[in-house]
Amino acid sequence: MSTRIFGRPESLATINFHYCPGCTHGIIHRLVAEAIDEFGVREKTVGIAPVGCAVLAYNYFNLDMQEASHGRAPAVATGIKRVMPDSVVFAYQGDGDLASIGTAEIVHAAGRGEKITVIFVNNAIYGMTGGQMAPTTLIGQETTTTPGGRDPAKSGFPIPISEMLGKLPGAAYISRVSVSSPTHVARAKAAIKKAFQTQIEGRGFSMVEVLSTCPTNWGMTPRQAIEWLEKNMIPAFPLGELRNWEKEQGQEKAQGSQVEVKH
Amino acid sequence: MGELILMKGNEAVAEAAIMAGCRFFAGYPITPQNEIPEYMAKRMFAAGGTFVQAESEIAAINMVYGAAGAGARAMTSSSSPGISLKQEGISYLAGSELPAVICNMQRAGPGLGGIQSAQGDYFQATKGGGHGDYRMVTFGPSTVQELVEVCVDAFDIADRYRNPVMILGDAVLGQMMEPVDLDQAKVKPAPAKPWATTGAKGRKPNIINSLYLQPEVCEKMDYHLQEKYREIEKNEVRVEEVYLDDAEVVGVAYGTPARLVRAAVEKLRDAGLKAGMIRPITLWPFPSASFEKVVAGTAAEAGTGNRVKSFFVVEMSSGQLLEDVRLAVAGRRPIYFHGRMGGMLPEPEVVLAEMRRLLTDPAAVGGEYGLNYVVPALKPEAVAVAVAGAVHARGAGDMGGTGGGAR
Repeated sequence: MSTRIFGRPESLATINFHYCPGCTHGIIHRLVAEAIDEFGVREKTVGIAPVGCAVLAYNYFNLDMQEASHGRAPAVATGIKRVMPDSVVFAYQGDGDLASIGTAEIVHAAGRGEKITVIFVNNAIYGMTGGQMAPTTLIGQETTTTPGGRDPAKSGFPIPISEMLGKLPGAAYISRVSVSSPTHVARAKAAIKKAFQTQIEGRGFSMVEVLSTCPTNWGMTPRQAIEWLEKNMIPAFPLGELRNWEKEQGQEKAQGSQVEVKH
Repeated sequence: MGELILMKGNEAVAEAAIMAGCRFFAGYPITPQNEIPEYMAKRMFAAGGTFVQAESEIAAINMVYGAAGAGARAMTSSSSPGISLKQEGISYLAGSELPAVICNMQRAGPGLGGIQSAQGDYFQATKGGGHGDYRMVTFGPSTVQELVEVCVDAFDIADRYRNPVMILGDAVLGQMMEPVDLDQAKVKPAPAKPWATTGAKGRKPNIINSLYLQPEVCEKMDYHLQEKYREIEKNEVRVEEVYLDDAEVVGVAYGTPARLVRAAVEKLRDAGLKAGMIRPITLWPFPSASFEKVVAGTAAEAGTGNRVKSFFVVEMSSGQLLEDVRLAVAGRRPIYFHGRMGGMLPEPEVVLAEMRRLLTDPAAVGGEYGLNYVVPALKPEAVAVAVAGAVHARGAGDMGGTGGGAR
């Protein structure tokens, strides 16, 4: 008898993605779908698609989906989760959606400690609209609205969303990962699973920022894009956990025992 | 008949929503509707629902979108500037065919305006304040009791047609206290919502969406919406007709000004004068049929087969409801208008005096206060009664008429 060791996750629809060659949305979709499958929660999961390249994500996940207006996915997620507290709700958002037009919604969803999971795909550019500057565009990075490269004097600095959200008491799990190599993909998968676990256990708000490529609008081959990400994006957006309730609990326990010793 | 309770309009509409099965409310503070979210914060959790004070009106309407998409009866409230912020969300609700109730306790505008009562959001509510070809059922209640009844009706209509519904109140209605009989509101249970995103268990995934990238598909969806709107126009008009059997002058108003017009009509009747009233309760769909039945003849025939000689529209705006009245009357009778803006209420004495003049001496019409003008009937003999007393008048060309102007 043979055992299936690899296949399409049930939470992914059997439809071809429209994403450009070398774009990492497909990998990230798969990681999210695998995590949902592994927790066995597909039938009680609702996803929210953003406005941006992943706007058609509602066709790609084999589960209930809502399409949100630009930037409002965390508010939509809040409405869903509050009326169905036992459901698993995730918002899938890009950097323009989450870190520009939707900053109020993401900050306050985290601030309220909404028990939702946000997958934040950061490719440092507006992909769908043709390569304009994003809030996460790197200093010096060329885009259609930063000809000659992003100059802070003219167009400000990249916004480190995960660091900002990591400061909020309502955030239970915040992590930044990359999908630029098999090792990174494996780590990204672990982080996404941890984020869903955070939600399923009711710990609070969870978000995974995934550094992603956009070969089309970066004007690179897929391989060059991966190299550019590793060389430029990772130093600007350092990988790792910005918040992890599990580790903080451990520290509290350790501190608690010290207090007991004193008495 | 149940117990009469003294309730503030804002609290009564909140209680009515909970009675109607609303179990999700998101809102943001703005005067003069703050008692609605405050009441929800106190009552909603005990009723088994959820209240969220959102970070903005934009977030609130999008939370309502999510909750409605998940099958809950959901509501948000605000006042004029905040309602402007919700327009994108309302368009998405309409496009995604989600039922939700939005309450607007109107204040003065444009811009930050003021916090007193006004009706400047009529166009925004009835003509589609957000982008795209959509319609929103809009109620214009005029008493606290009616606020309760239309709220319950609003949730039912929203669910039956999968469409947003607005309760278009105003600051006076929200802030005033009146006796209310909550039992008069007939609550209908929510229908099954097999389309809701409740988890794809034993079925194909449900998708809540308004994106159609192929124009032929998008147009098909637009046709579907238009067919739905025609159904709503056919079935859901709510109107109060007062003394239309023999009225010679018919007052037209909704919300707070309707109370003043109603009072004037009764006083004129006491004096033996034939005043009447058409009070639209739904502003969209508009009760055009009520007008049609009293203007079926031409202007020249007025006072013969059909007694209605003219209409008198009173609004807390520069004349927005007036435009729907014009469309319904279609030039067959003159329409007189009296409006106040900026949070000023029409004065009862002025409304009464103007309506009395219309009945007894139309040539003398045109008060010293407010915005007064006439939209003449299209026949020359009707134009002859064009207002001679407007303090301020729109140009005749602007109003599409053949006469009128400042005295």
